[in-house]
Amino acid sequence: MKITLNGAARDLTGPTVQDALAEIGLGAAKVATALNGAFLPAAARPETTLKDGDALEVVAPMQGG
Amino acid sequence: MPVFYGTRVESPLMLGTAQYPSPAIMAEAFRASRAGIATVSLRREGGAGQDFHRLIKDLGIPVLPNTAGCHSVREAVTTAQMARELFETPWLKLEVIRDDDTLCPDVIALVEAARVLSDDGFQVFPYCTEDLSVCGRLLDAGCQVLMPWGAPIGSGRGLNNPYGLRSLRAHFPDVPLVVDAGIGLPSHAAQAMELGYDAVLLNTAVAKAGDPVAMARAMALAIEAGQLAHGANPIEARDMAAPSTPLFGMAVLG
Repeated sequence: MKITLNGAARDLTGPTVQDALAEIGLGAAKVATALNGAFLPAAARPETTLKDGDALEVVAPMQGG
Repeated sequence: MPVFYGTRVESPLMLGTAQYPSPAIMAEAFRASRAGIATVSLRREGGAGQDFHRLIKDLGIPVLPNTAGCHSVREAVTTAQMARELFETPWLKLEVIRDDDTLCPDVIALVEAARVLSDDGFQVFPYCTEDLSVCGRLLDAGCQVLMPWGAPIGSGRGLNNPYGLRSLRAHFPDVPLVVDAGIGLPSHAAQAMELGYDAVLLNTAVAKAGDPVAMARAMALAIEAGQLAHGANPIEARDMAAPSTPLFGMAVLG
């Protein structure tokens, strides 16, 4: 399906968020996710199905002040 | 040493992790300063996040994730939830920004976000102004720490309003207070501690110094000096001179 991943258009197979993360090489990575602006806990990723038009944010620890 | 939400921190220096010339220099700055807390953030994963996470874990000190860059309650709350899961801590440096030139907090949204997050079990460290009523509202919202700015983030101007910061200290004698942002020099950090603040949070002044490791150490020493001085009950400033050498017994020579 066509989704927006971190602001860029992507065509992924899915169907779940966990599948999508594996597809982009982040299946085992330390990341947090938000779907359409709302926090999506890691535990909910395997049963959360993506659909066309969804916006998925995948963030990781980064430098900060 | 400061106690935040029941946790005793080993140093009153809270140090940011951004803008260093290299990860190795950042790690060395933390070692040289023995900073008690490391602030971190969340950004879109572009490949660097996993290494950074390992680097932070190796520092061996508590991390304080921030919501830097957030401009709304919704953004800040979602970011906070992601940070809690990723860093496995209820601590959160809450930033909700109103103005991009000054990075001035949106204090109205800040209070609202602080209430939502406190109710959800977060232990919120709000980046705020030194306004007494805003700080009172943040405490009402559930915050048990206040982090008023010294000056705008990254400006290095020091304490713009020492009167306001002193007033805040006097008004809330039992609340842990941190000067967050605006520090440029060790003397600024020392001044914050001399005012009776519990800790100082800084980043740019160390990371962008020509020698970040030396500056980190200088900040730690200044903070320790300021803290000792506050505990030593400094003299009051006065307008007229008061000779320190006794006049009694002085020879008459002219």
